[in-house]
Amino acid sequence: MLEVKNLSKTFSPGTVNEVRALQGVDFTLAEGGFSAIIGTNGSGKSTVLNAIAGTFQPDEGRIILDGIDITRWPEFKRAALIGRVFQNPFAGTAAEMSIAENIVMAMKRGRRRGLGWAVDRNTREEIGARVRALKMGLEDRLDNPIGTLSGGQRQALTLLMATWLRPRILLLDEHTAALDPKSAAKVAELTSEIIARDKLTALMVTHSMQQAVAMPERIIMMHRGKIVEDYHGEMKRRVRIPDLVETFNRVTKRDLFSESAAVMLMGQYR
Amino acid sequence: MSLVLGAFTMGLILALLSLGMLISFRMIRFTDISVDGTITLGSSVTAVCLASGMDPWPAVLLATAAGCAAGAVTGILHTRFHIQELLSGILVMTALYSINLRIMGRSNIPLLDVPKVADGAEGLVAILAGAGGKIDLLGWPVPIADVAAFVSSLLICVASALLLRYFLLTHLGTALRAAGNNPQMARAQGFNHQAAVVFGLALANGLVALAGSLLAQYQGFSDVQMGIGMMVWGLASIIIGEALVRHNGIGLMICGTILGTILFRLLIAIALRWGLNPNDLKLVTAVFVFLALIAPALGGRIKARLRQGDSHAGS
Ligand SMILES: Nc1ncnc2c1ncn2[C@@H]1O[C@H](COP(=O)(O)OP(=O)(O)OP(=O)(O)O)[C@@H](O)[C@H]1O
Ligand SMILES: [Mg+2]
Repeated sequence: MLEVKNLSKTFSPGTVNEVRALQGVDFTLAEGGFSAIIGTNGSGKSTVLNAIAGTFQPDEGRIILDGIDITRWPEFKRAALIGRVFQNPFAGTAAEMSIAENIVMAMKRGRRRGLGWAVDRNTREEIGARVRALKMGLEDRLDNPIGTLSGGQRQALTLLMATWLRPRILLLDEHTAALDPKSAAKVAELTSEIIARDKLTALMVTHSMQQAVAMPERIIMMHRGKIVEDYHGEMKRRVRIPDLVETFNRVTKRDLFSESAAVMLMGQYR
Repeated sequence: MSLVLGAFTMGLILALLSLGMLISFRMIRFTDISVDGTITLGSSVTAVCLASGMDPWPAVLLATAAGCAAGAVTGILHTRFHIQELLSGILVMTALYSINLRIMGRSNIPLLDVPKVADGAEGLVAILAGAGGKIDLLGWPVPIADVAAFVSSLLICVASALLLRYFLLTHLGTALRAAGNNPQMARAQGFNHQAAVVFGLALANGLVALAGSLLAQYQGFSDVQMGIGMMVWGLASIIIGEALVRHNGIGLMICGTILGTILFRLLIAIALRWGLNPNDLKLVTAVFVFLALIAPALGGRIKARLRQGDSHAGS
């Protein structure tokens, strides 16, 4: 279970570049639940995921994972509890290292790395078996640098790595967005499969309304650093793409109004 | 023959420096320019220890440990205090200049009649050679001491290379390489990237100082100026090595680096023999590294030019 409590973050405070990326974000993910975050560009979706993963310290708020307060933990320490797949297929793997070596890194996520051989024969067999299950023909290329693979293949392997040791939470940041439609569908399918099989708690950012409707059991909509809508339970099951689009329009229109009001006020001050 | 043997011995000793730089420049991708200071640190510590009557092996170990410490300091300056890579290296190198002078107490210590690590090999070679003081190498008489220096350098270099290969293929070594290749990925897999930088630099500079220690013993002196330009020489050796093996696995990269260093020393020996002014050596090396660095881009441009020419010719 993940509890995010009143999370706030302002980037470059007090400068012209000030961005209030998160403004009191509050939500709880139930154990074994699969949720999606959707929202306009710059609404703070990635920032929420990064706060959970620990790439920066929030100004305010707490992040509690399975009862452990991880708000002050450094990123690498949190990785023991968290699996991640990034939007950029290059981000999640070490390009010049082999498939096997990359996966070995994931097999020791959050554990002691000693002076034993990294890729011994047993390990190879284990890796081969699970890579074969991806049905991408990669089991014969375990020694090839991972940089020689396609984005879709790399993303599938990153997903495999993120879930090799069961994470307390799986974070997916638009992990199919950079892929061609066919690979995107394949990786999305694999994602649903793994989450269902291992009963993972997962949080996925997506721009695809279709994915948001089809895959998770809950949709959180963000706008301007705040949660503006939260579809879950029966409500989520009934929601369709047009409903989401309508909510989007309502939210952004409200925004337009307040912006034009601001412009009016500015005019009076001059 | 003596000249070739000397170039080989020198190549094997400096291969340890190149291997250290392989870790910093290529594995953890840290442009560590403190190397010039660390190799002198290794030689200074060794010189003082040997001159004061210490056994050679403990002296070598002490020198290596000093190198590790210097490397760790560079790493800590960068990771803890957020000083840029280059500046961290420069600060440590500058500080080491004074430290090396302090350690030695003067700018040069000769090491003529002290025990050295090559002595063990000398006994062995002497037994093989029998009496006479010279050994017959492909028809050329070579002093036993030279052969012994070669043999001991070879053994130390090979042992270090094997250990390094083993380490880089362990879980810890793999994580270290991953941290250099993609820090974001290493962190996401729970590996502390900053600790990796400190540890990697310690390891790298340990090897560099080991090279310094052996160099002092081989040359028979330690001098505070001896490190100047060593980093560029190491870089040149790594580049030659990469041209030889082309990034094919850890074992080959290590072999390539060693062969590259030896080849580079041979080229230098030949160039000097042909009358290259020793004072110009560093300039020549710098130009060589410059050319090697721009070669890939230059090659691409020439290829593109040629292709363009083809299409013109075709139309
Ligand atoms: N490290 C950072 N430094 C400065 N500003 C940042 C940083 N990270 C995010 N921001 C800003 O915070 C806001 C929210 O960014 P975020 O990446 O969370 O948006 P997003 O909802 O993921 O958008 P997208 O759909 O484009 O990925 C943006 O205005 C962005 O410019
Ligand atoms: Mg984003």
